[in-house]
Amino acid sequence: MSKLLHYSSLTKKYIMAIAGFFLMIFLVVHLGINLFILPIAENHIEIFREAVHFMTSNPLVKVMEIFLFAAFIIHILYGVILQLQNWMARPTRYKIEGWSHTSYFSKFMIHTAVIVFIFLVIHIMNFYLVKEGITKAPQGPAMVADNHDFYNMAINLFSNTTYSVLYILLIIVLGFHLNHAFQSAFQSMGWNHSRYTPFIKLLGTIYSIVIPLGFILIPLYFIFLY
Amino acid sequence: MNFTLKIWRQENPNAKGGFETYQLSDISADASFLEMLDILNEQLVMEGKVPVAFDHDCREGICGTCSLYINGRPHGPDSGITVCQMHMRNFKDGSTITIEPWRARAFPVIKDLMVDRQAFEKIIMAGGYISVNTGNAIDANSIPIPKQAAETAMDAAACIGCGACVAACKNASAMLFVSAKVSQFAVLPQGKIEAKRRVKNMVSRMDELGFGNCTNTYACEAECPKNISVSHIARMNREFFISKVTSPKKEV
Repeated sequence: MSKLLHYSSLTKKYIMAIAGFFLMIFLVVHLGINLFILPIAENHIEIFREAVHFMTSNPLVKVMEIFLFAAFIIHILYGVILQLQNWMARPTRYKIEGWSHTSYFSKFMIHTAVIVFIFLVIHIMNFYLVKEGITKAPQGPAMVADNHDFYNMAINLFSNTTYSVLYILLIIVLGFHLNHAFQSAFQSMGWNHSRYTPFIKLLGTIYSIVIPLGFILIPLYFIFLY
Repeated sequence: MNFTLKIWRQENPNAKGGFETYQLSDISADASFLEMLDILNEQLVMEGKVPVAFDHDCREGICGTCSLYINGRPHGPDSGITVCQMHMRNFKDGSTITIEPWRARAFPVIKDLMVDRQAFEKIIMAGGYISVNTGNAIDANSIPIPKQAAETAMDAAACIGCGACVAACKNASAMLFVSAKVSQFAVLPQGKIEAKRRVKNMVSRMDELGFGNCTNTYACEAECPKNISVSHIARMNREFFISKVTSPKKEV
């Protein structure tokens, strides 16, 4: 454990970036499955249930789940350590500061991170811990058949407008976090190139808009159309 | 031109320090920022007060000694130049100018606006050099160097070690400085020989000295008086990674 803390600043940043890449790939998979909550295909409910079944029973996914939790824990732990070190590096603050031209969201990574973390805790309580039988399934208009019935759990949660609005706001904050994170992870790994970096930055902006937008579509559907 | 100056005054490294306000009138728009401070100091001496201590040397933008944080920006509002190269025409007549020293744990204040930047020297001492004599100008032609590499090394070597990157960074990180010093050697054949050891030692010294970590905010690049690119930071990240995974466990 103490060795983890004594890695050099650069090594900590590689670890942050690698964990970040893993989490960003996870988000794509997560969104891909979630979108089947929406009536995008005739048998979308069956497809969604099948995907949930695969994700909760496949042994390879189970192994990946360990990596996923590790990625979350490492990313959060190192994020906090790096931030504390950064605050300690400037004990006396400037009277007037922040006039330099910088990437805007990079200044608020720890703040957006805290909000995303709160969201993560709520999210795990609502779904993952229900699946594990630790917390109770969210109640609402739909009957939750068993602790793997994520479709009806989602309906119950999103039929509450307050929850849906909160969900949308938190996902937007996640988008802010991703906006800086995407290109930052490439830079931390040393992957900066005059030919490809502008493309990576563009791709990061697109990613940070498209992924949150995809997640937001689901509560929007429940607020306005369901 | 007339100005109201709010200047950080601190008697010694252990004193508390605070801002003092000064009024200055009839300043030429063509006066440099440091000349303006000279005029202020003359005024203070005439009044029997202690003049403001600030670092300055060449006054032509090559030594990296001047180090003032003006209105929330290192080296003031203009970009790509040092404080000494900036003229008072960059400010509005009658405006208030706040002048602070560089703020970083690794750069403690000595007096007023002067900070101790020996931390940079210590990083250089950890490996920012080539150990053997690489010859003179004539010998340079005996080793062919691609133009691209020579230009990249020259761009990195433009770093004057002023510390504006540390001052601008919200984390007081020295990554732009260290990466420039790593890059200027890493891309040249003479520097490649010691590249792996150099990057490891310099980064480890940088960490020890209490600089912050890089969060890729790029304020350093925006404020660097020599316009050094953050692509050097990426190069250092690559160099460090390669060094870590390929260096032998025990150095001879």
